[in-house]
Amino acid sequence: MNKHEFLSILRDRLSGLPKEDIERSLDYYSEIIDDHIEDGLTEEEAVKKVGSIDEIISQIFMETPLTRIVNAKVKQKRSLRAWEIILLILGSPVWLPLVISAAVIVLSIYIVLWSIIVSLYGVVISIAATAVSGIFGGFALLIAGNSASGALLMGIGLICVGAAILLLLGFNRIAKGIFLLGKKLLFGIKNCFVRKGRVK
Amino acid sequence: MDIQLKRGLLDACVLAAIKEEDSYGYQIIKDIKPYVEISESTLYPILRRLEKTGLLTVRTAEHSGRLRKYYHITPLGLRRIDAFKEEWNEILSIYKFVTRGDAGNE
Repeated sequence: MNKHEFLSILRDRLSGLPKEDIERSLDYYSEIIDDHIEDGLTEEEAVKKVGSIDEIISQIFMETPLTRIVNAKVKQKRSLRAWEIILLILGSPVWLPLVISAAVIVLSIYIVLWSIIVSLYGVVISIAATAVSGIFGGFALLIAGNSASGALLMGIGLICVGAAILLLLGFNRIAKGIFLLGKKLLFGIKNCFVRKGRVK
Repeated sequence: MDIQLKRGLLDACVLAAIKEEDSYGYQIIKDIKPYVEISESTLYPILRRLEKTGLLTVRTAEHSGRLRKYYHITPLGLRRIDAFKEEWNEILSIYKFVTRGDAGNE
């Protein structure tokens, strides 16, 4: 048996212990084997020197408190077994498109929310632009002598200034609301998954 | 040998092996082996237990391109050795009592 085989068997046999404990004992035995090799043994001899896996396992389990083993076992149930993983892979033609479409729906809702925000500000910007052009255009007409239409245009421009300021204030609130809505949506989705995980 | 007794002896041996300077698993086994039967698989749980009870600390250092764990004795570990020595004096006097009058006993 070479070192790699030895360590993988050891890992298998230790399953049921906390992950940290497994890694630490693997580190320890890997180090000891390397030290034996450095001292002149071949890999096979070094593995033999370390002793039988049965003995190693019984020593480790004897020293590990029962509560730790039980804890690890309980937690382990959550991780996927081999057949579950296989089922997941076999079922991927069914659930993968569903997951993708769900993700796309969520994404599109998000895009819609953001485009509402963008379009609201677009309105404000266009009104503001009208205001600027109305005031300047009216001023130009006034100078040119067309006082009536000049005054009208300037009036429209001023109204637009007021409208833009008021709308900006209102839209800010709406945008904030939409932003919060999007956040709630995300949290809602996250909560779904977390709760599901807990129930299982 | 009684398991409890051996356990105590091994703890003391491991602590003594790292008392002068930090050492690593393989070296500890080599140092102790002439005195007491110890294998790689017995040392590991002992090191873990001593670490958990704060008698030694572990640090990882690189050694010729791989990692090696070095064990360092704590003040608590040093005190454990002292306690062991004191216990041993008691045991020695008990031993003398038990073996008194035996032939070949000095």
